[in-house]
Order: sequence, then structure tokens, then C-alpha cells
Amino acid sequence: MVLQVNGQRVSLSLEPRTSLLDALREYAGLTGTKKGCDRGSCGACTVHIDGRRVVSCLTLAARAQGKAVTTIEGLASGDDLHPMQAAFLHHDAYQCGYCTPGQIMSAVALVQEGHAGSDAEIRENMSGNICRCGAYANIVGAIRDAAGRA
Amino acid sequence: MITGQPIDRRDGRQKVTGAATYAAEFAIPATVHAVLVQSTIAAGQIAGFDLAVAQGMPGVLAIITPDNAPKLSTKGGVPQAITQPALQDLEVIYNGQHVAIVVAETLERAQAAAAAVKLRYTEGEAQTTMEGALDQAYVPKNFRNGQRKPDSSRGDPAGSFAAAPVRIRATYTTPNEHHNPMEPHATIAAWDGDRLTVWTSTQGISGAQATLAGMFGIEKANVRVICPFVGGGFGSKGSTWPPATLAAMAARVVKRPVKLVLSRAQMFTSNGFRPMTVQKIAIGVANDGTLLSVRHDGISQMSMPKLGEFVEPVALATEMLYACPNLAVTHRLVGVNQGLPTYMRAPGEAPGVFAIESAMDEVAVALKMDPIVLRLKNYAETDPHENLPFSSKRLRECYEQGAAEFGWARRTLEPRSMRDGDWLVGMGMATSTYPTNQSPASARIRLMANGNVVVQSGTQDLGTGTYTVMAQLAADEFGLPIERVRVELGDSRLPSAPVSGGSQTVASVGSAVLAACKLARDHAIAMAISDAGDRWAGAKPADFHLENGAVVGPPGRMTLGEMMARRNVESVDVQGDAKPPGKDDKTHSLHAFGAQFAEVRVDSLTGEIRVSRLVGVFDGGRVLNAKTAHSQLIGGMTFGVGMALLEETLVDEATGRIVNANISEYVVPVNADIPVITAKLLEADDRVANPVGAKGLGELPMVGMAAAIANAVFHATGIRVRDLPIRLDDMLA
Ligand code: FES
Ligand code: FES
Repeated sequence: MVLQVNGQRVSLSLEPRTSLLDALREYAGLTGTKKGCDRGSCGACTVHIDGRRVVSCLTLAARAQGKAVTTIEGLASGDDLHPMQAAFLHHDAYQCGYCTPGQIMSAVALVQEGHAGSDAEIRENMSGNICRCGAYANIVGAIRDAAGRA
Repeated sequence: MITGQPIDRRDGRQKVTGAATYAAEFAIPATVHAVLVQSTIAAGQIAGFDLAVAQGMPGVLAIITPDNAPKLSTKGGVPQAITQPALQDLEVIYNGQHVAIVVAETLERAQAAAAAVKLRYTEGEAQTTMEGALDQAYVPKNFRNGQRKPDSSRGDPAGSFAAAPVRIRATYTTPNEHHNPMEPHATIAAWDGDRLTVWTSTQGISGAQATLAGMFGIEKANVRVICPFVGGGFGSKGSTWPPATLAAMAARVVKRPVKLVLSRAQMFTSNGFRPMTVQKIAIGVANDGTLLSVRHDGISQMSMPKLGEFVEPVALATEMLYACPNLAVTHRLVGVNQGLPTYMRAPGEAPGVFAIESAMDEVAVALKMDPIVLRLKNYAETDPHENLPFSSKRLRECYEQGAAEFGWARRTLEPRSMRDGDWLVGMGMATSTYPTNQSPASARIRLMANGNVVVQSGTQDLGTGTYTVMAQLAADEFGLPIERVRVELGDSRLPSAPVSGGSQTVASVGSAVLAACKLARDHAIAMAISDAGDRWAGAKPADFHLENGAVVGPPGRMTLGEMMARRNVESVDVQGDAKPPGKDDKTHSLHAFGAQFAEVRVDSLTGEIRVSRLVGVFDGGRVLNAKTAHSQLIGGMTFGVGMALLEETLVDEATGRIVNANISEYVVPVNADIPVITAKLLEADDRVANPVGAKGLGELPMVGMAAAIANAVFHATGIRVRDLPIRLDDMLA
């Protein structure tokens, strides 16, 4: 199976049942995308497919063939963090960091979707990404900040 | 001073780029995958396994059951919560108990084969819930590891209660709750002969090392535990639970490195939970609000004694919270066919303070008294239980600043008296407290020839900021910019440190780091004096300090590089140790405090409950990093919102099965549940408590949250909910 991940061609030998999340983590060595529930409930595995945010645990790897997959590893350009990554860093929008890649991938898409207009809108549209460390207040701040500068 | 500054988290870049490596993410060549199989009955015996189908599936390497599992040892006192290792016999005592491990070449194949493992059981009688067995409550055998008795009393609680003009009696209940850190428990285990390396997600690498060494009967030095990042723990990763041991067992059987990651569902039956509590409180009070008598009887759910013992110590805070001459507390257990409970964020304090601070609110209502005035009336200037002065206590300022910040003065006394359109508005508050703990810890300072410093300790960073604050402490000690200090932790080869639990990491490890810094400084100064010959003859060490990689003296400076070049070494290592004073040397009672405020809105038509504002002001001792400390505060308050309004593990009584073992039906707070939070820390350096001056922040902001919200809900609606979580249906009663 051939996937396009972060602009690179990745050739993997996968079973048809393998999820995109497991393909990334267990086969492609891209462990930045996290598994929190494997059931579509937590958002930790959020990636972009053709620019849209999806939960990769509920996406079969096979369905991602021929599409552009972007993961957290593909967000920064070289040493320069994406503005959303920089905002999360500056706002301390995490503690343990395990939900963070998913939060950031959701947040980037949310701004592109035009859903970062107000704090209330950010909260509502980020509610698919659970942060058990409870960094929500800082996550909202980071997104507000990054959206303003974008 | 770099310490205290709100500098960005030093591991932040790794976390925002996906480069931070958690336990399951280490690329160990030739790793295969293990999946656990769990029991589907609550009590009985395994009559047999039907493995033919699973064994015949592609890629299956081994199926390990009690019939063929290597024997594990518990000799040498295994320091983990579960005293009975898994897969050692055929008895089943709870639904979800580990009964087999399937190992296969790939994760998908292991999962498929695990689903094909079939068991036959002889079912036994099960008591699956605590409610039905309250009459069988028993006295804990090993309360607080035998450090104190489960009951205590002072004065004449019964007589003073009978004589009190105003009396409140109420029962408060809290449910089973699961930690649900976002990172599931995960272990990669690899053997090299008799040497074991595990990459595991743990709050205590030293405990994991000792546990695994004990179970497999090998030297501690032959077990290496690596854990640079933990994806949250909240207590669930404090002990070394069976999955870590089973991963190592599987690796030994298949002679390959094995990765074992729990599913979210398995996280509900593999690593403890906060046990359900039933707490009876009786308070007798004078008409002016003076507490005359307090009684707090707590019962918490336990598993079967075979697994060990865990008591939720709900009434310990009650002993020291207010000045009251007559008081009694008790702790009891009820055994049921469920897994072993364990510590969960603010164990004891979180459910206990919900009960006692709800009861205090009920007293205030009965007396028509302002809840803060009632608390100030009974303010404990010294610890009434330990009869010791507090090392510091600025709770009065917490109340004052919190009330001002929150706008408490706008609150009307009567319940159901504040409205905003269809919304009933309520304002509630509660006191928070958590003991300041410290355990023995060690740290090493490596002075490098280029003047840089490496700080090493076998502690772990759960996201609390350990990497960052230890660097800040050391940077100040050596007069270095923070970029020149590197912190290494999360490896059992480093000097030993305690479990990151009980909010003790900064007090324990920070004190060791300071001790090591001091020794390293003394060492460098001694080297410089001896190297300088006549130049500094007669100078006293106190005349020197370190700055930018050099010893600076009276007058002149000598770089560490010069000194090391003369000795032909590239670095100098110095280890420092710190431990708390012994029990008998204790001169002060050590506690952090806080005042927590909540505003809720309850829809008068639908009963929907929304938290609209949260304020917390805390006396947590010295702040090492204003940014990461603030994140701990908002994180704890958010966790408390979950406890107050959302979280409850539900058990099917007939089968003992947890029916909401997933993170969509075990409801935790999401972004839209959390309002604007104001969280403040008083400037409150406390060097009596420990050399760092910090009193611990991990649990404190969680402690008063549920009571503050429950009290706000009462104030909004006049409905007193004594059973958590508070739900919409409670509002429609
Ligand atoms: S892992 Fe995909 S949503 Fe949780
Ligand atoms: S940072 Fe730990 S779960 Fe969000």
C-alpha cells in the first residue's frame, strides 16, 4: 500500500483491516499521532486528509491511498514551528502532551474552517479533542492567539 | 532569579512537534505485539481454555494462560498495589481480570487472535456492587501502610453532639471513578539473558524496577526502566500493575521484545480506580457558628483481600480542617468482586472534602450565615489533629482574595435568589487542602568542562513540568542561563527518586537537586582554591560563588574548564540526597491550602447545569514556574468539574461488568464544559516545609472543586445533591 504522508511517498505492507492510525504508528514510524481510545471518542489521533481533519483510528489506511495525509510531524517547516504549534508552546496549552498533536491538528483545521471566531466557537469546535490534563483554558487561548495572527 | 519565571516548558517543542516519545513509541527492532484477554464473569473458576482456533490464526506466536504461564515470585515484598500476580491460578474474582495473553507478529493479528480465545468457567457467587454489602463493612488491616489507625477521635464527640443546639446529619456518596489518562498504559519489554529492559508508562520508575526485579527473581540492577514522557497518570500509573509484568513475561516466553498496550476498555479493569465512598457526617454547632462536634465516618469499596488493600482515606482532611475540640473519624471497607481500587488525583481529600465542605455549607444554610464567615469562625491557627503549628498557612488570604476576585459580595444569602433570565444562578465556595509530602530522593549534578550543567534524577515528568523547574532551580544555583542546564530523568539508571504521586515531586526531587547543587558548588570551589595556590590562600569557601561556568572569588575567577583540563577530566559528577525529617523530629504540620469558588447556571426549565465561572486562590508554597504551576491549577480545577458533574463508572450488578468502559460514556470534561478559570497562587515560599519551599500543586486545585460546585448548585436551586456526580435529573426532582 502506498500512502502520501507529509508530502512523502510511504510504501507499507499492510492488511486491509489496518487503521490509518496503526499504519502511521506501528508501520511508518510516525508516532506523533496518538492513540487514546481507538474508537473515535478522544481526538488524539486527529490528522488531516486532503486538508480536512479526521480521526485516523476510524479511517482505514486503505481509504487514505491517493490522498494527502498530514500529521503533526508534517506541520512545521524545518525548524520553524507552525504558528499553532508556537502558540501551544507559548500558552502552555498542555501538560503531559499526549493529546497535543491531535489538539493542534484539530486547531489548525478549525481556523481554516473559519470556526475560531469567538472563544465559545473555539470551545464548541474543539470539544472532540479530550485533554485529561485539563489544559482547555490554555488551548482556547492558544487558538485565539494563532487565529488572530494567521 | 530564573526560578519562578513563567518560562516555556523545556520539553514543549518535543510535545508540539510529535517528537516526544512515550512508552509504546520506542522503535525496538523485532518487537512483536501482545494483547490481553480478560474474564467475562465476576467470580468463579476457569474450567478450561479453548485455544485451537486462536492458535491456528496467522502470526500467532504464543498464548499464555495460567496453565502455561511462568511462575512469578512475590518473595522479597513486591512494592506494588496488587499483591497477587496475574496468571498464577485459575480463580476469577472480578469481571475484566487478566486471564490470558496472546502474542503475535503484528498488532492486528494479536487482536484478532485474542478475540478468538474462548474460556469455560464454573461460575461462583459474586457480590458486584458495594451498595448491597454495606452491612459487611470491615476495619482496614493496613491503613496508611500501618502508619496510623483507621479511626481517631479527640474530646467527646458524642456528648458534645447531643448537647449542640444546631445539628446536621447527612450522608454523602461518591461513585467509582476512573483516571483515564489520555495515554493508555503501555510497556515494551526486552530481555537480554537475565537482564530486562522495559519502556513503560509509569509515575514511578524506581517502583517499577523493584516490582519487576521481585516478580522475576532477578537483581534490581538487572532491570532498567525507561520512561522519558508519561501521557498523564493521575494515580493510575503510580503502582506497577499486572500489564507491565505480563509484557515482560510474554517477552520471556517468545524470546522477542514484546509491546503491550491496553485498550481504553482495558484501562477500566487493569490499573485501579477511585473507589466508591459512602460518608456519614454529623456536625454539632453553636448558634454563633462555633463548631462543637464533628464526626466523619467513611466507607470505601475494596476488592477481594487476595489482591491487597486500598482504603480511600476520606476523613483525614476533616481532622485538621477546622478548630473543633470534639471530633471522631473512622474508615471502613466493603469487599466486592471488582478490581483493586487505587490512588486517584487527591485520594481521600477529593471525595472527603466534597463531603465535609458540603456539610459545612449545610451548616451555614441552617444558621443563615455566610459560608466564608462560618469558616473563618472556625479557622484552625494550628493543626488541631497533630497539635503542631503549620509550617505556613495563608488560607485567610485565600478566602479574602478569592472572594474579591470572584465577586462574592454580590451573592445573596437565600438559595434560588439569583437569576439571569431562565437561568438560576448560584455561587458556591469550598476550602481546599492537601498535605505537603516528601520522600527520600537523590539527584546528580554533572559539571561539564564547558561550564554547562546536567541535572540527573530517576524521577519522571507527568506533564507537571519537572524537566523545566529542575532546570530553573539548578540554573540559579550555578548562575547560568537556563539554556546551559540540561535535565535528564525517566531512567532507572539515574539516582533514585520516589513515585510522582501525592504532589511530592518538587519537594522530594527539588530538595535533592538543591543538595546536589550545593555539594557540586562546594566541590568546584574547593578545586579552585586548591588550584589557585597563593592567589586565594586563606580565602574561605563562603567568599566564592559560581557564575557562567567559573568559580568567582576575591578577586578573580577560574573556569571549570581550566580546572578540569588540569585534572584531565571532561566532567565532574556530584550526587546529593534529601529526605524529610523523621516522624519524631517533626516540628510542623505541612499542608497546602486554597479557597475555591464556582458560579453555576441551572436552566430553570430543563435542569441543564453549566459552570459559568471558576476562581481558585491557593497557598501552595513557592512557585517554581508561574506558567507550569498555573497549568497545574487549571488542570486540577477542570478535573474537579468532571468529578462534580460528569464522572461515574457504572457496573452491571448481574455480571459485575463495567458498562461504560469507554471514554464517550464515561464522561470527562471537554472544552465546552470549561468556563473562564481564574487561578492564583499566593507568594508563599515555605522553607520550613522543605528546602525548596514548595507545598505541592498537583492535587490541591482538585480538592475543593466538587464541593464548591455542589454548594453553588444548592445556592442556585435550593436542591442539595449529596450524591456525585450532580446530574440534570437531580435538578428535576
Ligand atoms: S484514538 Fe482516535 S479518536 Fe481516540
Ligand atoms: S496534555 Fe495531557 S491530555 Fe492533554
